[in-house]
Amino acid sequence: MLLLIQYTLIFASVLVLVALGGCFSEHGGVINIGLEGIMVIGALGGALMMKYLPAVTAAPLMILCVILGSVVAGMIFSLLLGVAAIRFNADQTLVGTALNLMGPAIAVVLVRAINTAESVDNVSSTVAYGGAKKAFLVNFGSFEFNWFMLIALLILIASYIVLYKTKFGLRLCACGEHPQAADSVGINVYKMRYAGVLISGALGGLGGLVYITAGVSEWKFENGVAGFGFLALAVMIFGQWKPVNIGLAALLFGLFRALSNVYTGFDALVALKLPSTLYNMLPYIISLLVLIFVSKKSRAPKAEGIPYDKGQR
Amino acid sequence: MNRNIGKKKSLLRNSGIQTVIGSLLCILLGLLVGFIVLLIINPGGAAEAVLAILKNFLYYPSAVAATKYFGTTLVKASALLMCSLSVLFAWKVGLFNIGAAGQYVIGAGACLYFGLALKMPWYICLIAAVVAAGLVGAVSGFLKAYFNVNEVISCIMLNWIGLYCVNMLLTRVKEQSTPYTRTLKSANQSGLLPTLGLDKLFSNNEFVTIGLILAVVIAVLVWILLEKTKLGYELKATGFNKNAAKYCGMHEKRNIILTMAIAGGLAGCGAGIFYLTGIEQWMVQQTSVPAMGFNGIAAAFLGGSHPIGAIFSSYFIQHITSGGTYVDTTMYSSQISDLISAFIIYLCGFVLFFKVWLNKLLDRREEKLAGKGQKGGEA
Repeated sequence: MLLLIQYTLIFASVLVLVALGGCFSEHGGVINIGLEGIMVIGALGGALMMKYLPAVTAAPLMILCVILGSVVAGMIFSLLLGVAAIRFNADQTLVGTALNLMGPAIAVVLVRAINTAESVDNVSSTVAYGGAKKAFLVNFGSFEFNWFMLIALLILIASYIVLYKTKFGLRLCACGEHPQAADSVGINVYKMRYAGVLISGALGGLGGLVYITAGVSEWKFENGVAGFGFLALAVMIFGQWKPVNIGLAALLFGLFRALSNVYTGFDALVALKLPSTLYNMLPYIISLLVLIFVSKKSRAPKAEGIPYDKGQR
Repeated sequence: MNRNIGKKKSLLRNSGIQTVIGSLLCILLGLLVGFIVLLIINPGGAAEAVLAILKNFLYYPSAVAATKYFGTTLVKASALLMCSLSVLFAWKVGLFNIGAAGQYVIGAGACLYFGLALKMPWYICLIAAVVAAGLVGAVSGFLKAYFNVNEVISCIMLNWIGLYCVNMLLTRVKEQSTPYTRTLKSANQSGLLPTLGLDKLFSNNEFVTIGLILAVVIAVLVWILLEKTKLGYELKATGFNKNAAKYCGMHEKRNIILTMAIAGGLAGCGAGIFYLTGIEQWMVQQTSVPAMGFNGIAAAFLGGSHPIGAIFSSYFIQHITSGGTYVDTTMYSSQISDLISAFIIYLCGFVLFFKVWLNKLLDRREEKLAGKGQKGGEA
């Protein structure tokens, strides 16, 4: 049971971070389908940081550096989307998809290059970071507390405040709802949209890092992040683009994702004799069902996905 | 002389020509980026690696081996062509079928199950693949039409659900000692696509079958359907403006579902003409969706989302993907070609901007020329 809670919380943290990333980007008016790719790149940044930092680094410094690594990697990668979508009016779905394909490809090519440089026979795409990962964990009895759970909660609260209580957040939302109106009162729509995309890159990258440190101590980058970026988008839609609702939705999705890891610990579930594959499918099935119920009256930002054209009224 | 300029202008103004130029630029820039990445990793062999990717089957010095592997590349390209047709068909109707990958998986599951477990002849297997994948596509379309579920997200969810289902289904027909499915050759000869002597053309490459011809014929049919029929017109109209189409008396919901069903069927057919050649066995412990459907997105946009263009772009994408396996693996990994094709998709996003920019440039030049002409007249 404790294990279930632990896994639920850590997966929910991933989903909250990434979904909030999507939320910022879409409130600014840019659809970020590429979160999946951004997660992979963020994970790569963090994993390489953990690999190369000496194991004796003090825990707080380690945490800071690793987070910085993934956030910066995610932001740089998200700029690819930003430049294409904001400066060059590219189709956001298309560019986002390109990001999703590029992310794992870059990660595999880089990690393999690093591995083969270390030893010629090593052609795997795996990065191990068992030692460094310990910095993130604190054991309370058998409950393994991960600092990222706290960080995710803090970011959730911060997002709520930023989006609804600050000038920046309200302006950002204006750019996603009616950019022409926002421009007419002197807001630089392009700048705001860049800000939205960059925040989504930072949070997406961080989410990717949390995902690969959840439960495992090495990551095979060929696997990408198994559709988690898209699950986060489903969480975002289920949460109706509102931070608090996103937090609750993430908990629900996290629970179903955690079940596939730990269902063997529950006698009642084992007694059902369902194939384990079914538990693997569960998060995707649930999100599909949830989308059916909430998409009809969705409260998506009105101008999302539409390139901003100054001349249009 | 004026006439000449007029001709030249109209050529560059031609949207088709602009698309071709844009696609070629995408390819060049994509290869350049791949080259730079290789340079960063290891400057020593970068040029050779890019050449290896571009040479692909020409890597083999003997003509016999080269033709044989040319055949293999063509077989894979034909499956890729079907996936790219699936993507572009939906795109023409305003839908983004990222689910081609999952529909391809479902098609593979259906045709292999019909072939290996039910021992059906190849045409039944192929139909099963098309129908099963078409149904999955229709589910996305249905959710989009009636529940306003974003097709991109529902498709991704269905990709994963489909992958796990197919793994479960095909576990029943797997070999005892390996995680791979049994071969059609040993289990059911009639399930293999007929070669019609095509294999002789490619140094007895048994995998070259009527699938090649089928894929090209379907590409032409898709073009006819989209450009020359009432149904195609209605579908495109729905894509442009759902409400306007409804106002004109079209069944906009039915059109969306039908589009996704056809798109799904195309991807499923791609899986059929690939797996029914026996070229590959399905690995029932796969944890990621095969890349074929995603490469289909690259091919669709690189081909200017035109069915005939897709024939060439599919071949090119498959050519470099296969070529990736020939790079020197002591330095680089074969995924470098995935990176190149992903970057090509990214660049395709800029093609529209490129066209606008080119037109502006032409406008400006024309104005200048017109101004000069006037001055000349005065003097």
